[in-house]
Amino acid sequence: MPDLLIELFSEEIPARMQAQAARDLARLAAERLSAAGLSWEGQDAFCGPRRLTLHVRGLPAATPDLTESLKGPKASAPPQAVEGFLRKTGLTREQLDERDGVLYATVRRSGRPTPAIVAEMLDSVIRSFPWPKSMRSGASTFRWVRPLRRIVALFDGQVVPFEIEGLWAGDLTEGHRFMGEAQGAFPVAGFEDYRARLAERFVLLETQARKARILERAQAVCAARGLELVPDAGLLDEVAGLAEWPTPVLGDMDPSFLDLPPEVIRTSMRTHQKYFAVRRQGETDLAPHFVVVANVEAADGGAEIARGNGRVLSARLSDARYFWDEDRKAGAFERWLDRLKGVTFHARLGTMAERVARLAVLARALAPAVGADPGLAERAARLAKADLASAMVGEFPELQGVMGGYYARMAGEPDAVADAVRDHYRPLGPGDTVPTEPVAVAVALADKLDTLTGFFAIGETPTGSKDPYALRRAALGVIRLVRETGVRLPLRDAISAARQGFGGPAGGAGPSDAPDLEAELRAFFADRLKVMLRDEGRRHDLVDAVFALGDDDLVRIIARVEALDAFLRSEDGANLLAGYRRAANILKAEARKTPAEAPSYDAPVEDGGHGGAPHGGVGAVAPEEAALRQALAAAEPEIRQALEMERLDQALQALAALRPAVDAFFDKVLVNDPDPAVRLNRLRLLSSLRRTASRIADLDRVEG
Amino acid sequence: MPAPAPVSEPLSFQDLILTLQHYWSAQGCLLLQPYDLEVGAGTLHPATVLRALGRRPWRAAYVQPSRRPADGRYGENPNRLQHYYQFQVILKPNPPELQDLYLGSLKAIGLDPAAHDIRFVEDDWENPTVGAWGLGWEVWCDGMEVTQYTYFQGVGGLEVEVVSGELTYGLERLAMYVQGVDNVYDLRFNTAGVRYGEVFLENERQNSAFNFEIADVATLQRQFEDMERDVPRILAGRGPQGQALVLPAYDRALKASHLFNLMDARGAIAVAERQSYIGRIRDLVRACAEAWVAQEAAA
Repeated sequence: MPDLLIELFSEEIPARMQAQAARDLARLAAERLSAAGLSWEGQDAFCGPRRLTLHVRGLPAATPDLTESLKGPKASAPPQAVEGFLRKTGLTREQLDERDGVLYATVRRSGRPTPAIVAEMLDSVIRSFPWPKSMRSGASTFRWVRPLRRIVALFDGQVVPFEIEGLWAGDLTEGHRFMGEAQGAFPVAGFEDYRARLAERFVLLETQARKARILERAQAVCAARGLELVPDAGLLDEVAGLAEWPTPVLGDMDPSFLDLPPEVIRTSMRTHQKYFAVRRQGETDLAPHFVVVANVEAADGGAEIARGNGRVLSARLSDARYFWDEDRKAGAFERWLDRLKGVTFHARLGTMAERVARLAVLARALAPAVGADPGLAERAARLAKADLASAMVGEFPELQGVMGGYYARMAGEPDAVADAVRDHYRPLGPGDTVPTEPVAVAVALADKLDTLTGFFAIGETPTGSKDPYALRRAALGVIRLVRETGVRLPLRDAISAARQGFGGPAGGAGPSDAPDLEAELRAFFADRLKVMLRDEGRRHDLVDAVFALGDDDLVRIIARVEALDAFLRSEDGANLLAGYRRAANILKAEARKTPAEAPSYDAPVEDGGHGGAPHGGVGAVAPEEAALRQALAAAEPEIRQALEMERLDQALQALAALRPAVDAFFDKVLVNDPDPAVRLNRLRLLSSLRRTASRIADLDRVEG
Repeated sequence: MPAPAPVSEPLSFQDLILTLQHYWSAQGCLLLQPYDLEVGAGTLHPATVLRALGRRPWRAAYVQPSRRPADGRYGENPNRLQHYYQFQVILKPNPPELQDLYLGSLKAIGLDPAAHDIRFVEDDWENPTVGAWGLGWEVWCDGMEVTQYTYFQGVGGLEVEVVSGELTYGLERLAMYVQGVDNVYDLRFNTAGVRYGEVFLENERQNSAFNFEIADVATLQRQFEDMERDVPRILAGRGPQGQALVLPAYDRALKASHLFNLMDARGAIAVAERQSYIGRIRDLVRACAEAWVAQEAAA
């Protein structure tokens, strides 16, 4: 079956938009083609610096003919109604069928040729294409990411008749902008021809092919001089979108720049120049070279390109050195801290200087819990944001923290303080590590808790995909910090400590007035924890079950969720849960019947004596009932004690040990005894089972 | 085999300008001269900001001295100047072949795209003080940004009716690249041995001292407020044909913009105040832009 080839050829498409554009093209085209009744064997979409390409394999030449039966009016309906139906269907009265007194029309719709459908699809896709940013050009109102120059639309080797804003689709495309003998447009016959001819004209269609070429060539030019590339996947993605014929070239850097911090060199190379950093094979320090990915293979082997880029890098690093020298002058921290008074953190949350004051108090308050020296924690918090006013961070915002760490160390601060200044923004994402040194942990927690509390207090909470203040990341950061360091930090205490910072004259009264702040934040943390544990393959309902206990010690909560998960996967656990549910369901049914009496099941179980002997006022006690009561009586203190000592495994073992007694009880004993006293006592027994289990988690919230 | 082309001397600074002028003149651009007020960029010349508004076609090219007081380095930094030159080209509406025309201009000044790495790197340009924005690229030559290439989408806070293509060449940088010079003061100004430093080094020293140390903040502040008050007053006046006096009003907005840059260099603008100042200048420019558009629509 025939293929469809579409190419939307434009001026240079921003690298960061290309991958999504290919996905959008594939998705939108598929939606519209299938809505028109077409199906196909496969499709691929590609995007590069100047073209957005779609290949659909195995499309039929037309949609199939369709026969449809349309229901009309009753045969007895007034003539006007019948005539209307005839007009609508284009048939005569004789051509209608009558079934059960109702008229039906059989309508045949012939299939439509695929090119007509493709033309409609193209018009709609192009006009509604979801570019993150698009523009107008000339006097036209048509929008595209950059001016759209050509359209290739070939179905089964034939040009699809299609025009948009005066631009006609054809079979002509262009190769590399600068390379090759023959520049300008050339015709293509179909997808394979298109791909092959582009490659002849120095254009690699597939992003993967461009990346592979970059890596392979970059490693080769490095290896030739005993060097190796410092891997950088994000940069690789970006440069693969900047060149149609990516050609790595090794350039040299003045070695005297190596006395700058390596983060500065790498950031300067990466953000300004999109160069890869390079090191000697097997070493960790940077080597005085770089790899630039050019778009042309120059006749001189790239010598001129390497020289030019080297000069630009020198100018950039000279700037960086100027900032470095300025920032290291005496008294820098005092100047920066003073300048933070004029920097707004958020219009409703005060200046950066006010934030620093809050962080200092909060870090000191958190210090004992994390095992940090309170004085050092406060000192580190005071200095943590100073580098925001430094020249280097002004130029490279992504070096915040890192530069502060360098400058603090040079200013003679203790290592614990300098490390805390450097690391307090961490973790920066799921792939980042968390600080473990206590002073750094205190400042990192203070940083995130102040942010969360502040923004929640003024109602700037994340909604859907919008999280402009990265509050989700902050909450996840707190969770990871606590979890990975084992710090015992009750959320309630942490939030209330953070809130105090907003109460004084610094923050105004507003934020601390929000009444439900604590509950909202706790729910937010629970959500984040759920997401995190779910990503690790844990069940989110278990998080609910544990959170429902009202505990707010994250370390304990996580440990419980993990232990509960393991427990419920075991046979004992699964059976015990079944027994628990039976008990809970019976109690719930009772509660519905006699809501007023429900609490009475919480009363102690009447002692019916031992060995199942019938006993006075309580009535008959079955042996299994007595056994369960005994088992519960033994398990209850054991579980309580185990939980007090945070020996969750022991608590669960004790719970699991109840299983035979619970099973036997439900096997042999009828709760609904005719004697109300017996019945009541059995209900109390079940209630006691539920209470005991609920010390560990609210098992009602466990799903499945 | 054809004989190799003679290896020509790289262009001097003034020949670079002349070459660009010839090239763009041949593309139908009016060759204008620099605007006679201090501006931070060639874009601010009324030949760009105002002419980009309305529907009338327009093609112009000019050199514009650009003043960025905060970028002064007392003549001690090889790459940074508080006074430098931009070569500005505006074509309205942008012709479909503008990228090719632009690449032709690089060839004209001796940059062969087959030997150098010319790249169009995303850059969504904006100039908040004149409320202008557009989509386009930084054009890189071997990693050096040599041109800002923009399709104007809005100017003076107004969406444009017809899109202009704007090219801004950084002349010193481009010349340094073409001449293979690492220090701007070593640029060959002409072919008779005069260096850029002989012409401009003293200017950098004196004006850096003025911008950073001597400029009087209270005076600047007062002048800023004078200009700010004057714009609406001038716009309310009428010319001999009954027109609004957009051009003199816009001049005052430009002066306000430069006064702000000077106060900024003096460290007199607190971070929290910056946005408010920029907003005040933008409001002045917007008032001028609206008056201009109204006038264009009536014409």
